[in-house]
Order: sequence, then C-alpha cells, then structure tokens
Amino acid sequence: MSTQDTEMQPGGTSRTFAWGPFLRANGGLVALAVILLFNILFTPNFLQMQTLFVNISQVATIAIVAMGMTLVIATGGIDLSVGAIMALAGALAPLIFLSEFGQTYPALGVTLAIVLPLFAALACGLFNGILVANLKVQPIIATLILFISGRGIAQVLTNGNLQTFSNPSFSYLGTGKVLGLPFQGWLALAIAGVLYLVVTKTTFGRYVLAIGGNERAAELSGGPVKRVKIGVYMICGALSGLAGLIVVAINSASDAARNGNLMELDAIAAAVVGGALLQGGRAPIFGAILGAVIIQLVKYTLLANGVEDEVALIAKALIILAAVYVQQARKE
Amino acid sequence: MAELLQMRDIDKAFAGVSALSGVSLEITPGEVHALIGQNGAGKSTLIKILTGVYRRDGGTVVFNGTESNISSPREAQDAGIATIYQELNLVPLRSVTENVMMGYEPKRLGVFVNWKEAHKRSREILARFGIDIDVRAPLGSYSTAIQQLVAIARAVSLNARLVIMDEPTSSLDASEVEVLFGVVKGLREAGVSVLYVSHFLDELFEICDRVTTMRDGRTVDCRQIAETSKLELIASMLGRDAADIAQAGMTEFGRDEISEAKGEILLQADGVSTGPRLNGFDMTLRRGEIVGLGGLLGAGRTEAARAIFGVDALTEGQITVKGSDTKLKTPAAAIAAGFGFLTEDRKAEGIIPDMSVRENLTLALLPRLRKGGQIDRAKEREIVEHYIKALGIKTANMEQPIRELSGGNQQKVLLARWLAIEPDVLILDEPTRGVDVGAKREIQAIIRDSVANGVGVVLISSEFEEIVEGADRIIVLNEGRIVTELTNPGITEEALVRALAHTEGQAA
Repeated sequence: MSTQDTEMQPGGTSRTFAWGPFLRANGGLVALAVILLFNILFTPNFLQMQTLFVNISQVATIAIVAMGMTLVIATGGIDLSVGAIMALAGALAPLIFLSEFGQTYPALGVTLAIVLPLFAALACGLFNGILVANLKVQPIIATLILFISGRGIAQVLTNGNLQTFSNPSFSYLGTGKVLGLPFQGWLALAIAGVLYLVVTKTTFGRYVLAIGGNERAAELSGGPVKRVKIGVYMICGALSGLAGLIVVAINSASDAARNGNLMELDAIAAAVVGGALLQGGRAPIFGAILGAVIIQLVKYTLLANGVEDEVALIAKALIILAAVYVQQARKE
Repeated sequence: MAELLQMRDIDKAFAGVSALSGVSLEITPGEVHALIGQNGAGKSTLIKILTGVYRRDGGTVVFNGTESNISSPREAQDAGIATIYQELNLVPLRSVTENVMMGYEPKRLGVFVNWKEAHKRSREILARFGIDIDVRAPLGSYSTAIQQLVAIARAVSLNARLVIMDEPTSSLDASEVEVLFGVVKGLREAGVSVLYVSHFLDELFEICDRVTTMRDGRTVDCRQIAETSKLELIASMLGRDAADIAQAGMTEFGRDEISEAKGEILLQADGVSTGPRLNGFDMTLRRGEIVGLGGLLGAGRTEAARAIFGVDALTEGQITVKGSDTKLKTPAAAIAAGFGFLTEDRKAEGIIPDMSVRENLTLALLPRLRKGGQIDRAKEREIVEHYIKALGIKTANMEQPIRELSGGNQQKVLLARWLAIEPDVLILDEPTRGVDVGAKREIQAIIRDSVANGVGVVLISSEFEEIVEGADRIIVLNEGRIVTELTNPGITEEALVRALAHTEGQAA
C-alpha cells in the first residue's frame, strides 16, 4: 500500500522563505559565491585577468575528467583509473612526436600524438567497461587494476624519465588562447555542451540514467545495459586521456609519475559537489564543471593566502563531506 | 473493555493538502483489527502517525491508557507498538540473529555483543513461532515467508502490545499464510492486538474481529467482521452501492464479452526448462486469448514468464514465435519481437523511482523513438499524453517523478510502458497486486481491451477470481511442472482450488 504519503512529501515546516531547500537545490552556486566574495575581499590581486587565466587553465583538466566521471557515476559505477590513464596518454604523446617519424613529418606527428593516445585511453575505458559490464566485477575493483598498472605502464614506456620538449603546435592544447582565454577552457565548455545534449536528448543518455536509477528495470525494459556501461567507461577513459595531454602540453614536459596524480579524487569530488549521486541515476554535466571550479578555487584561495598545500587537502575533504551531507538531506 | 488504542479526530496535511481529516480508530486488547481502503485512502499515513514517522496536525492518541506523543519509530517500539512493513525492512546479508536482535543485542562488558547468548535468544524467539532454522545463516538465504516471520518474531520479542502488519501475506503462499495466521491467532490469545492492513479481503474474514474502512482520508465505518460481507466491504471502500457491484461481477473481465474466435498462434513453448524451478513447460498462446498460469508461490509461474521473455536462458526445449523458431536471448530481443513483460516486483524490477512518469512510460519504447540518435521528444510527449489519458493515470503532470505516484498509478504507468510498444504478447505477472480495488478494476478493463484488440496475454495472478474470470485457459503448475490445464467457460474457483490441492497431494 502506498498512499498519499508518497504523493505528498512532508514539506518544510516553516511558511517563511525555506532556506533549507534553497541551499540544498543551489548549494554549489552559493558555495561558489561565498568563495568568490571571500577572495575579492581578502586575496590580493584576485580581480585580475591573470588570476582568471591561471584558474581556467588549471580547472579545465579537472572539469573534463569530472564530466566523464559524472557519466560513470550516473550508471552507479566509479572510475579510479582516470589519473593513471592521464599519465599513460600523456607519456605516449611526446614519444610519438619526438620519434624519428614525428620529426620527419611534424604535422602528421602532432596529429598522431593526439589521436593515438586518445585511442589508447579509449582502449583503457573499454577494458574497464568489459570488466564491469560483462564480467560483473565491482567498478571500484575493476578500475583499481588500471589505477595501479596504468601509471606503471606509462613509467615503463618513458623509462621513468621526465620527457621535456619544445613543440608549439602540441603545446597549443595547454597554452593556446581563444578570445584571450585558455584554449582548454573553451574545450571543456564545448565538451560539456556535447555531453549535456547526449544526456538529455539521446537514448544513450536516457539509458545511462535508467541504469543508474534501476538497473534490473532498465534491462527488463530492453535497455542495452552492457553496451551503455562500456560506453560510459570509454567516454570517461577518452576524456581522461585528453586531460592527460593537456597537462603535458601546459608543462611542455611529461612526467608519468605525477601527471594526473590524485586526479580520481578531484574528479569524484567535483562530480559529487556538482550533484551526482554515488548510487547513480543523475548526471549533472554542468554541475561537474561547477564542482571542478569550486575545488580549484578553494585550492587557489588557500595557496594565494599562504596556506600550505597539505592543509588544502583537508579543505577538499571538508568540501566533499559538505556535499555528501547536502545530498543526504536532499534524499529525505 | 478499555481500549488499547484510541485515535480521535486525527488530522494531517502535507504542504497544505489534507491527507487525513477527522480520522478515528479504536483497538481493544487482543483484537485483530483490519484496516482497509483503496490506495490513497490514508492507511499508510495513519500508520505512520501512529508509529511516530509523521507528526499529526490535530487530534488525540491514547495508547495503553495514557495520552501519547510518539515522535519516532524507536519511541513507538519502546511504547509497545511494532510494525511489520510491506517492504521488509531487514538486512538480508546479515545473519538471522543479527536481524532479530538488532538494536537490542545482549552485551558483555557493555560493549561486546555476546553472540552465544544472542543466537540462543533468537532461536528461542523463533521457536515460539514454530520456526526452526539456522540462526547464523544470512537472512537473505531464506524465503520471503521466513523473512516475514522473522520480522514478526522480532516485533513480538520487543514486548509489543500492538503489532501493525502492512500487507503481510502479499508475498506468501497458501501454506505460509496458514503459518502466519497461526501466529496472528497466537498473538490474539496472548492479549496482543494486531492492526491488519490487507488488500486480500478473504483473509480478513478468517482472522479479523473488526474492520475499519478508510476512504479519501476519512474513516467511513467500523464493523464487526462477522456482520458484514466481502461485497459490503468493497462497496464501502469504493463508496458505491453493494447491489451494483454484485450485478457487474467481481472483476472487470466480463467473461461473456470475450470472443471465442482465436487467431494465429503467437507463441509456442515446447518442453522448456530453465533449471530446477521450470521443467518441461509447454504452452500455446493465440491472438486474442488470455492464458492463465495457476499455482502457488514457487510453482514456476514467474520462471515460465522469465523463460518466455528471454530473461533466463533455456537449458532445454524451444520457443517458437509466430511460427519461426526464434531465440529470444535477451529482454531486448523479446521486446523487438513484440513481447511485453509486466514484472511482479514493481519496485525492484519495474519503476525507475527518480525518473519522471514520461521517462518511465517510454523506457521500452526508446529504440523506436530514436530519430537520428536523438529521442523524438514531440512524439514521446504525444504518446505519453495519450496513455495518461487513456489509462486514467493520476499524476500532476508527465514530469512528476514516478515514486510520488500511488501504487495503482505506478502500475498503470508500467502497463502503459508495455502497451506503448503495441505488443503481440503481454506477459502480466500479478498485474493487480498491491493495487486498490478501483485501480484493479481499471487495470482489468485495460487488459480486456487489449485482448479484444488481438493481443495474446499470459496472466499470472494469485487472486483466484481474477484468473478464473479472466483466463480462457489456466495452466496449473506445481514445482516447475505442468499438472493440468483447465478451460473456460466452466472454470470455477472451486475447480482451480481442487486442481491446486490435487497437485499438493501428488507432491506429498
């Protein structure tokens, strides 16, 4: 028997403006406003083009990976291997355009240096997806395999060396400007636009949410559960690979040991702060960007005000805690 | 006799909409009191007020002689009110003992659980109900019936004075129901009162003393069960005249209206087996025909449905669809072949709770709504609008999350999910379970109309009158095997019961 109580949720108790529901619905934006206000008041030189530029070029990689993570989380999964895939893709790129072939045909070399690592990243996603969808391995365990081995492979490929290079056309990925703002910022926005359409307009997007909402029901209603799951891991893999390339391009150097280190945590945090539910069923793409921006700004705020890096980690943990708390309250 | 519980003039509104108004309920000690009403009549809300989940807006509650202001389920439990929910709220992966003793574990040094003592106590508690199982095994390894009895045992062990049972028999088979009734009678003799909520009206006559009917958030009457009839109860729930209903029959199938002419063969199963629970299943389904699958819980009815729909792989036998030997290996393939499967467990296998009515309704239809990779929104809205209207789905709008709908309306959305693919074969597993009387009749009418339009229906129902009046033929199953087949016209509830009883005899 399910009666009115399911039709009518016990609403807020007060008749005045309901701050609770407002905060729960717009917590991310409110947090962003608070952080911005704090910086404007206390951080020296905050309102400058340079600050904006630095933050956008930093946040783009988090945002790109967080969007992929959001899709995976929407199916009720998780991907721990994103950082390792970044390292792998990042290690491959210089190997390709610094090779003899890449030196002889520079244009083709750079193209391949972008395309091939992305295919490698896609393959990593396929591997994750098959483990999760076909072999029914728990996502956290399935992606732990590449989390551990992916970075290892990247270091073996580069003999553990830091590869530095000077290749302006490849570096455009991380240092180029469009309308005065970093290229990768625009790239992240474009990806967000595409993924938003995928989630809201396509059958694939509908199935992603259905699988996260009730996998049994989705399957019994004819949903291609395996294909869709493999699909989200592949998208997440490819986006991680892209983020890895951007990091290498920013630094004009590839360091397999550090590229994408702890990115899985930033990406999960950004997705959760952005409103993704860990049990699945929700894919707020722009929320992931908002989450990434909040995390980046908190890092920046603490750094710019002379707080140590280690403390910033604690701050990040508190943000995740707050986001999860807000989610719990929202569910009731 | 002094009342154990007196609820008077209870009011409750959600967000300004009245859910209960002026509701009264009285239960005497040792009484089994039935509470009935359609979905949305306010039964759940009333129970949740009684158990402290919701706070009442007005009225008084006197429990055990004192005015009570219970404000949490834990307080209710401590006061002696125990609730057995429809969806069991136990932990399947933990042991039976942990479930029975949860929150009240015997302790050593005030910290460590004394497991030896805990196992012993939980064995004792279960023994009182005639349950002898390994209390160390995970609860989930036992049948739903055992799990339910464990829940009741737990409640009673907490010295309950009043046990609230919400649809306790909806997942039990006949013999398990008997055990449950024995327990209820035992409670009555021990002076414990029971508030019994059920859609199965026949049960009430067997074990209840009085019955309170709710309608539209009010209590409309309270009668001695001995002085009323099933028809009167239905009339009182619906707010209709008893004589009208008697004339129209108990279901909406209207047996004589179904044409005798049967069309082409849609589906033929030959010697289908999927494991121990379905063995050598044969059936033929023609266009415009309803074939019922009869049997008790665990007889293999749902397994037969799953085999036909491609959920479970066949270990033996074959299924022929419209004359061609098609292998339906997945639900997606079955749907593409024109099959729909309304599953028994609405919550676990049917609805996607957070998605809207629209998204839930078109889930099976998605492949056909694809237009260049996108979903054809205009067509989608048109179809959803059509079915909301055609099936009388009560929803604020098509974007309302389905979890906010009543059970009957959720079921209609799921039925629409399958009607929307314009199926040839509809497999309906307990289509009217947990649905109120009004919605039940509407759903039956929808099924009848589809059959009239040439759909072949496989109907599984534990409600005898539904399957007896609805089905052209009933295939009776027991322990995964077909025992007999009955053909309408001429099937009576007695005949079906005899067939089931016969199977019982054979099995023993």
